[in-house]
Amino acid sequence: MSVDQEQRTVRCLVAKVGLDGHDRGAHVIARAFRDAGFEVIYSGLHRSPDEIVQAAVQEDVDVLGISILSGAHNTLVPKVLEGLEEYDALEDTLVLVGGIIPDDDETELKELGVSEVFGPGTPMEETIEFVRENVPER
Amino acid sequence: MCRGTETDLVDELLEGNHRALARVISKIENRRPGYRQLVSRLHSHTGNASIVGVTGSPGAGKSTLVDKLAKRYRDRGETVGVIAVDPSSPYTGGAVLGDRIRMASNVGDMDVFFRSMSARGQLGGLSTATADAVTALDAFGKDRIVIETVGAGQNEVDIVETADTVAVLVQPGSGDDVQMLKAGILEIGDVFVVNKADMEGADRTVAELEEMLHMRESPTAGLNTGHHGFQAVETPGEDETRVGGESVDGSEPTDGDEPEWSPSVIETVATTGEGIEQLLEQLDSHYAHLEASGELEAKTRNRYAKGIRTLLRNDIAALVERELDRRGGIDQLADRVARRETDPYAVAERIVEPIADCLDDNRE
Repeated sequence: MSVDQEQRTVRCLVAKVGLDGHDRGAHVIARAFRDAGFEVIYSGLHRSPDEIVQAAVQEDVDVLGISILSGAHNTLVPKVLEGLEEYDALEDTLVLVGGIIPDDDETELKELGVSEVFGPGTPMEETIEFVRENVPER
Repeated sequence: MCRGTETDLVDELLEGNHRALARVISKIENRRPGYRQLVSRLHSHTGNASIVGVTGSPGAGKSTLVDKLAKRYRDRGETVGVIAVDPSSPYTGGAVLGDRIRMASNVGDMDVFFRSMSARGQLGGLSTATADAVTALDAFGKDRIVIETVGAGQNEVDIVETADTVAVLVQPGSGDDVQMLKAGILEIGDVFVVNKADMEGADRTVAELEEMLHMRESPTAGLNTGHHGFQAVETPGEDETRVGGESVDGSEPTDGDEPEWSPSVIETVATTGEGIEQLLEQLDSHYAHLEASGELEAKTRNRYAKGIRTLLRNDIAALVERELDRRGGIDQLADRVARRETDPYAVAERIVEPIADCLDDNRE
């Protein structure tokens, strides 16, 4: 096998941001992504937007999945997006949000740069399929 | 922006752009076209970082210790790069890279550049990719680079070739003293760390380690068993003792009056930071020893020699694969061998001969 065999692997950061301490969903999605052949970096609980940005930039992820159930998405998600912008990383990072997000907020988040919002009960295959189809070409 | 050419990427990396560094490491990991030129261009900017490898069984506390180590380096005003390798699934290639969770002490500090790497299955080249990522961090200007290995497997030995100093973490109660007799772990460590030293049984583990390390220095250790081990690179005509580097049996050949390095056992509690200062002192003094004894030079030379060999072997293997394809593929040849129309040696010879001829012709 040649050293130059190219191995394109989708890299994702599954992030928990803010005070919300429920990460069962994040674990489940991390596991599902892993089984789909992605490389998943899990952030751990209680991360600040800055930390998420730092991790996303250093790890050079294709996909950033933010799991948020606390209702603070209108405050926290825009901060993450701004941070990515600062590092020129927003353009080629697919940003997804998972959790309980009211429709109006969803529209607003999408305007800011979130690609898709996945609510409770979304089948795992749907999320994986979305990532496969929308992962940015680099 | 980092979407430009390879040249831009290298320039941006050298200017200290974090995103460019991250992107370069991705290209290296993915073996993207052009990654070789990237590494080539970065090479001349390297040679300033010291590289520490941290290994040990899963759950020994490697990530937490690395986090605290990085913090101490930062407190001293040094910049740090960390590469943490985690296992990947042999079935799907997927991986969960969870070491980042433990990097709590360095939150928001971009001068600790932490990068998770997956072992990417059995496709090989992990050590090459890691070494190339180290090159990128070194060229970026990191003073210290820490490589954290996967908890288990063959890669522990690979780390010896990439790192200047290897710290082996042992957890209290991780097996009886026969575990310590087994080959491998004791032979690669320059510093031993009994982490979670506040756990029951830590004293015994320290005592057992000390005993085994002491045996390493016993009179029989000087016997030449003929094994040069991992660092052996045959370079005829050179000073044998220097080139061999550290031999497996622990009898390190040294230059002049510098005494041999004898590994010590440090107790730490990574979660509280206890013992980290002592560990740092040991790591520093090992590096100083390497410099003073001339071993650093020998190690570096061995590392590059080994790297060149690996590249050549892979490149030649790729050439041979192409040649095999041109001849109808390996399966067809294997069938012919099975039908007794030819034999493996004849097949190999017929494929290699033209390559050898070609090389010989170019000499004339």
